[in-house]
Amino acid sequence: MRDLITEHRLNIVLALILLGGPLVAHFAEEPFLVTLATRATILALAGVGLNIALGLGGLVSFGHAAFFGLGGYAVGIIASHHQNYEPLMTAPFVINGTNQMLVLWLVAVIVSGLAALVIGALSLRTSGVYFIMITLAFAQMIYYFAISWPAYGGEDGLSIYVRNSFPGINTLKPLDFFLLCYAVLMVVLLAQWRMTGARFGMALQAVRQNEGRVAALGLSPYRIRLAAFVISGMVTGLAGALYADLNRFVSPSMISWHLSGEIMVFIILGGVARLFGPVVGACLFVLFEHLFGSFTTHWQFFLGAALLAVVLFARGGFIGLVAGRARHD
Amino acid sequence: MSLLQVRGLQAFYGASQALFGVDLEIAEGELVALMGRNGMGKTTTVRAITRMLRTTRGEIRFDGKDLAPLPSFQAARLGIGLAPEGRRCFASLTVSENLMASARPGAWSLETATGLFPRLGERMSQRAATLSGGEQQMLAIARALMTNPRLLILDEATEGLAPVVRQEIWAAIARLKQGGQSILVIDKAFSELRAVADRCVILARGESVWTGTPAQLTRNIETEFLGV
Repeated sequence: MRDLITEHRLNIVLALILLGGPLVAHFAEEPFLVTLATRATILALAGVGLNIALGLGGLVSFGHAAFFGLGGYAVGIIASHHQNYEPLMTAPFVINGTNQMLVLWLVAVIVSGLAALVIGALSLRTSGVYFIMITLAFAQMIYYFAISWPAYGGEDGLSIYVRNSFPGINTLKPLDFFLLCYAVLMVVLLAQWRMTGARFGMALQAVRQNEGRVAALGLSPYRIRLAAFVISGMVTGLAGALYADLNRFVSPSMISWHLSGEIMVFIILGGVARLFGPVVGACLFVLFEHLFGSFTTHWQFFLGAALLAVVLFARGGFIGLVAGRARHD
Repeated sequence: MSLLQVRGLQAFYGASQALFGVDLEIAEGELVALMGRNGMGKTTTVRAITRMLRTTRGEIRFDGKDLAPLPSFQAARLGIGLAPEGRRCFASLTVSENLMASARPGAWSLETATGLFPRLGERMSQRAATLSGGEQQMLAIARALMTNPRLLILDEATEGLAPVVRQEIWAAIARLKQGGQSILVIDKAFSELRAVADRCVILARGESVWTGTPAQLTRNIETEFLGV
């Protein structure tokens, strides 16, 4: 039976469930559940970003919260300037803040992409445990910088009083904002699917399997990995931008190593290198947090048990369990 | 001028020296067989030429360019294609993905590659991990050809394969040679090598000890250096 279920069909079903659930919640007048689904969708996007580096490229980055936080802070800082009628800079020319999401997303993606370029350029000269540690170290550097930056709230974080705007959509309505986040997630997933089948995606998977062979075929493994790391950081940065608008708040906790670990957990739970792996993982994470968190503060115990079960008995994650072993396995 | 010129090549794995002086030349369109017993430095020579092993001394020139300072991928881009020992196909990619991942513009395309190895054409959407050993070897050669190399290096091209598959691969090598492809072949099938090679180079204990045409390769030389 399992063999009959293809991953593509499963992905379509999962996409429909993620869309249908909040629609039902909306009509049942449960806006909290819509917001919960929005949170899962945004965290899934962060996971999709890391999955490009970790799943396709085999780059175990333990510092992806840095890009998530940078995306969030880019939105928070620009939006707070707009709300306070203070220009971002006055010399040599005036740059004002904005509340337009399209502009904010662009800035968030550029900032996180540039950070990923610098961090990746240095980190990718190492491998294995050293790569994990160096990405963590960079994220911690940015985390401590955010804590000690009083101009933008320091440890207390920075509030965005009114959610930013998107043309033609009332982002203040939970369902509208969910649909916007859902559309972004689907566009990114579609782009990742296309990328995986393109030459770049093939080369990236080839680098993960045998770096030396790829070099012997005339491709630079370093450049391929760096490009993947930058794309990965940009996607995670975009998720951070959406997360800032969801909570209308940014704080150093968005950059903490706990979040880097959680993003990795989404991928492992859902299935490493599987297109919808992070989506399933993030949804399961939010469900565990909500269901078990409502009767115990130690809800992570159950998450840990689930993670242990996946690692021991279902290494392809949820997707692997349902749709069979991946090409990645 | 030779396409590949190797002079006095020495190579090192950490503190231990593996090559002590290899001389090798390949002209455009020539097929050279690199021969020797196990552990004599054939694969190390290939790794040094392709710059996968960079701790070397001596001269390696490809089309007049010094390869010594180049990383592996840049040496490959100059036009050196390698079908490595043990095939090492990208297991999770399909046959067509293996071929397309590293393809560069030139005469070789999916059509011409599958023309050389029709079996691959029947398995384009099959994962490399599920191919037989012979098919994986064909894929490794086709993948190297897809980079449109000026020099194709085949390291142990027929090792461990069924006789019928070996014949297919030798036939393909002969066709490549007829087409003017420069080739360096390493293999233990000495009779097939002699049949197809323009020149043979024998390595012993990390040194090139004999160079000549297959016709000059006497029984005494084979016994002394190849243990045949």
